[in-house]
Amino acid sequence: MQPINIIRSKAVPLPLPNIDTDQIIPKQFLKRIERTGYGDFLFFDWRRIQEGVNAGEPNPDFVLNRPEYHGAEILIAERNFGCGSSREHAAWALRQFGFLVVIAPTFAEIFSSNAGKNGIVLVRLTEEQVQTLLSRSTANPEHQLTVSLEDQSVTDIDGFSAHFDIDPFRKFCLLNGLDDIGLTLRHEQELDRFELNHDKDFWFLPNAGIA
Amino acid sequence: MPAPRTLFEKVWEQHIVAEPDGEPTLIYIDLHLVHEVTSPQAFDGLRMTGRKLRRPDRHLATVDHNVPTTSAQDRLVIADPISAAQVNALRRNCAEFGVEFFDVQDRSQGIVHMIGPELGATKPGMTIVCGDSHTSTHGAFGALAFGIGTSEVEHVMATQTLPQHKPRTFRITVDGNLPFGVTAKDIILEIIGQIGTDGATSYVVEYAGSTIRALSMEGRMTICNMSIEAGARAGMIAPDETTFAYLQGRRLSPRGAAWEDAVEYWRTLPSDPGATYDRELHIDATSLAPRVTWGTSPGMVTSIEGKVPSVEDGKNEAERRSFERALEYMGLRPGTPMEEIEVDAVFLGSCTNARIEDLRAAAAVVGGHHVAKTVRAMVVPGSQAVKRQAEEEGLDNIFKSAGFEWREPGCSMCLGMNPDILAPGERCASTSNRNFEGRQGRGGRTHLVSPEMAAAAAITGRLTDIRKWKLDNPRQELTEGGSR
Repeated sequence: MQPINIIRSKAVPLPLPNIDTDQIIPKQFLKRIERTGYGDFLFFDWRRIQEGVNAGEPNPDFVLNRPEYHGAEILIAERNFGCGSSREHAAWALRQFGFLVVIAPTFAEIFSSNAGKNGIVLVRLTEEQVQTLLSRSTANPEHQLTVSLEDQSVTDIDGFSAHFDIDPFRKFCLLNGLDDIGLTLRHEQELDRFELNHDKDFWFLPNAGIA
Repeated sequence: MPAPRTLFEKVWEQHIVAEPDGEPTLIYIDLHLVHEVTSPQAFDGLRMTGRKLRRPDRHLATVDHNVPTTSAQDRLVIADPISAAQVNALRRNCAEFGVEFFDVQDRSQGIVHMIGPELGATKPGMTIVCGDSHTSTHGAFGALAFGIGTSEVEHVMATQTLPQHKPRTFRITVDGNLPFGVTAKDIILEIIGQIGTDGATSYVVEYAGSTIRALSMEGRMTICNMSIEAGARAGMIAPDETTFAYLQGRRLSPRGAAWEDAVEYWRTLPSDPGATYDRELHIDATSLAPRVTWGTSPGMVTSIEGKVPSVEDGKNEAERRSFERALEYMGLRPGTPMEEIEVDAVFLGSCTNARIEDLRAAAAVVGGHHVAKTVRAMVVPGSQAVKRQAEEEGLDNIFKSAGFEWREPGCSMCLGMNPDILAPGERCASTSNRNFEGRQGRGGRTHLVSPEMAAAAAITGRLTDIRKWKLDNPRQELTEGGSR
């Protein structure tokens, strides 16, 4: 994972609550066995015209298709972003499309965990702050935001300045680009000891195994 | 005298491996369930880093999301090359890493959340994870069970642990006798309607109260299954005699002296009197009516006696925007009585409602009737075991002679990763768990309902109040003793 700290970018406004992972990456792309190549499928159905003679063509009205938002590394949405399915493909698609930050009032839990493990910073702001940023980025697609993970702040040149909370361990891992398995294996001795006792304490509970 | 503890706290504390300063708690994972969709990249990760599966005996794998349900032959040779490649990858990975695997036509194959309980792999007091959000199902046994992403799947494979922040606790107490025609599905849809799809975010929910105690394991699984639809980390129900009766004699249940020790331990798990929760909610079951969703989020739910809401019914600007979008997507006019909404398809299946009791309840509604000419209806048993049992009881014949398709087990139209999908604009009464845009097929429109309501909708061709249905065999009389 790449270390991440300061992101300065324009932002894509997606003013809807409860954006679920089925929308972020529809199921047909979950059949792939690779970890890369998901960026093109981000919001696949929303990016395409659904009906009529032009069905399947890019939907010019959808915000991600508008050229003035190209290159944005920040996405802004409303509450409960990433709800639904546990598919990490949603985080892969966002990251591989180029998003490094998602700003919303709240995030679903499994998505939060997946995002963190893929170098995406999730910024929780109040509903009011999110509305302010949504309207500024809607009015001016070039509107630049600066997100500092180190300072836990979001600022713009028009005087917007907000602090956000983030789990200190998640912040540490993002800043340093750390892999969770390696971190856990620092506790291998405790794990060995625990596992020995746990197997003994629960001797009466059978496990699986190839019969 | 130690402080009273909740069920969740007991299970959590039993699994703490390490509590490093400033970091999440490292908890031990007793069982990891594996399916084809969220595991290939995790197995690849192990190979790339040269790591082994730490405890192959703590993993169980099957195929469910991708497999066709049309016929045994279609499953053995999957026509879609990408689906076939994903299923083959799981076969290879399980062989290489030594994981017990239930292939498409194995007697124990089924939706991963069906087979854990059926095999007795799911037991009270365990920690259980799976790369699937509906892992919350297993909480019905008093296990702490939750969905994880693929990076976490790899983490569990390599270390048999997960770093986790301790969730808060939320008790939802449901009391009173369920009125006729109201089921576990209606209880959980009511809860989601009340608290919202993020109402339980960061909490582990414990379902308690006389209504929950009276439910079979099947009903309890339906409720815990949809905990994630309220945003919960997990749902749990205290183990009791119903739980023990369900588990006794299953393949991975303890036997003999081990059974006695296990039950003795399991009896210590229910929350202590006086244990406190961070949040509480009470529901009066006696006042409930059957529920049905109208929109594109499980929280967009109303009573079958209700009407399609209007944009102005949204509580705030964001909700009004999402109502507007949902009404357009669903092709519904505000004010339309729910009972007047016609359906094109009916799906009876999924890890929410494809257990034997669900099929019996639906068959009791169907018996002697025929599916409406305008409706395509299918029954997809959740597992091979359920399919066998239903066939022994003759339920397959009831469905088939009424015009339902009788399918092979799998996730099927719950998420449309396989050939079972809705066409754009098609409307479906579904016993599954999500009514998101495109969930059952691009442009498809989903109304979530109980199995009884789905069966009735198949026959009338529209959403139907099951309480008006003449029923010889209501669910209450069919649930005696649960199922095996």
